[in-house]
Amino acid sequence: MGNSTKWKWNTFDVCNIGFMVLLSLVMVYPFIYMTSVSLSGTTEVLQGNVFLWPKGFNLKSYELVFNDPRVMIGYVNTILYTLTGTFVSLTLTAMAAYALSKRWMMWNKTITFLVVFTMFFSGGMIPTFLVVKAVGIMNTFWAMILPSAFNVWYLVMMRAFFANIPGELEEAGKMDGMSDLGVFFRIALPLSKSSLATIGLFYGVGIWNNYLTPLLYLRNPELLPLQVILRDIVMSGLNLDRADAFTNDNFVVGEALKYATIMVGTIPILCVYPFLQKYFVKGALIGSLKG
Amino acid sequence: MRVSQEVGVGLPAQLMQQRSGLGKSFEKSKHLLLLVLPCLLFFAMFRYVPMFGVMISFQNYNMFKGVWQSDWVGLKYYMMFFQNPDFFLLLRNTFLLSFYQLLFGFPAPILLALLLNELRLQAFKRIVQSLSYLPHFLSYVIVASMIIGFLSPTGGLVNQVMGWFGADPVNWLIEAQWFRTIYVTSGVWQSIGWSSILYLAALTAIDPHLYEAAEMDGAGRFRKMWHISLPGIMGVTVVLLILNVGNMLDVGFEKVYLLSNPSIYETADIISTYVYRVGLVEGNYSYATAIDLFTGIINLVLLLLVNTIARRMGENSMW
Repeated sequence: MGNSTKWKWNTFDVCNIGFMVLLSLVMVYPFIYMTSVSLSGTTEVLQGNVFLWPKGFNLKSYELVFNDPRVMIGYVNTILYTLTGTFVSLTLTAMAAYALSKRWMMWNKTITFLVVFTMFFSGGMIPTFLVVKAVGIMNTFWAMILPSAFNVWYLVMMRAFFANIPGELEEAGKMDGMSDLGVFFRIALPLSKSSLATIGLFYGVGIWNNYLTPLLYLRNPELLPLQVILRDIVMSGLNLDRADAFTNDNFVVGEALKYATIMVGTIPILCVYPFLQKYFVKGALIGSLKG
Repeated sequence: MRVSQEVGVGLPAQLMQQRSGLGKSFEKSKHLLLLVLPCLLFFAMFRYVPMFGVMISFQNYNMFKGVWQSDWVGLKYYMMFFQNPDFFLLLRNTFLLSFYQLLFGFPAPILLALLLNELRLQAFKRIVQSLSYLPHFLSYVIVASMIIGFLSPTGGLVNQVMGWFGADPVNWLIEAQWFRTIYVTSGVWQSIGWSSILYLAALTAIDPHLYEAAEMDGAGRFRKMWHISLPGIMGVTVVLLILNVGNMLDVGFEKVYLLSNPSIYETADIISTYVYRVGLVEGNYSYATAIDLFTGIINLVLLLLVNTIARRMGENSMW
């Protein structure tokens, strides 16, 4: 839109750019601050000297965080939950979405209605809890995967993707004697790789960040995901193996430990985000095309 | 065998045809139905069985007796909730938290999208966008931990900065009057960028000729925003507003749970955290389910109401 207007800077532009710079700082500064404190020396942190970059650089707080055996357990569990859960959810969602994208399918309208209705009304926390218990997956690996295997939004988005695949390609497949299953696996799926990646990412982030499900369904400390463990550490401190952790020269402030813990939970997201951002944005936009 | 034969013979021709039509249609759809089967099983099991499970709210549910054997108590638990002195407190807290979130959280991304749309340097615009989306991907545990750290009365960043101006440290998370401010502010921080995506997309879809024509007529920056940009995103805005208002009493459990503590229940205890405490911590399943069902129904009614109003006013409705 700027092309047609003359390139003239006025007060509005200056204020606008200033505002945007400020906004960006507000988004980024918390991470800079936490990183610096977590990498700084004890005295500097206690004196309140650390704001932009680490002073008295050391990795002691990270060492302590990773020395807590729970952190490693949580990491491994979360990675397993995320990989398995994303695979299961994505596969099942793609299958259902493909079927529901075919309007001529028998009972299509009924099934779609039943699925969408669950967005507006649910049985609530307790009845769902009782069902999970009755099914026998309480306090097992599958409690993190099955009760939230489908997300209605993602199903609707995926259905819209599949509905946009040109019918001729599928017709051609059928001419070659493929069944609907064959068309789905060999034509529709390969054509929607980027959509699958998008929805898969959404599912993945959801599982990685999930705190409610383990809070409700998991008791066994061996099964807890990273989020629960991060919360425990931030609220009540580390399980320190080493008695020397709090001797004089090793003393690390609570703040530094807290921020190191938070960064340990955030770094994976910060690392993948720049590479995957375009898929996320694409997903957000497709979500607006209602199926 | 004879009976079935008779029935078969006795069927009117039309019905026979219908049946074979159904059979044919099943034959044609069977592979697709196979694909959708896991989905059906999932929704039946984890969504519809619990929906019927709400009947335990009319029972004195006993885990050992199960849903079929427990004694019926009618509306006892509903009455218990309405007569609970905390009833209005919970309703008020939930409603106000939602209301403030809507009041500040809803216009913020619209404003951001309008301002981003006015940026001429595309590279700068992209950087700001990328940075503003980032917090959306953080878990509530991380966000709540950050808030707890920054607001800590000893060594927290906020109190440290306030100290420079001679202000006394405030114990933000222990004083009930700050809870809503903290919740809403951090909510805006986390979602302003991501929520602006839809509005930005709607803005880029506006025909540039409209802006050119307006310029010919001598319209300035703000008139163009008011008369072209804003009407251009009206459709998206209304749909999102309906969704938001419809979910008014459905405040997310996680973040409130992670930020609250008993000393600020006066403002921070909402329906879902109460349900969790009464139901899962104290084990009063029937009572908790009654509260949940009550709010669920209010939510549904709200959503239908708002949607009807939107349709009457001739704006986009959801269906």
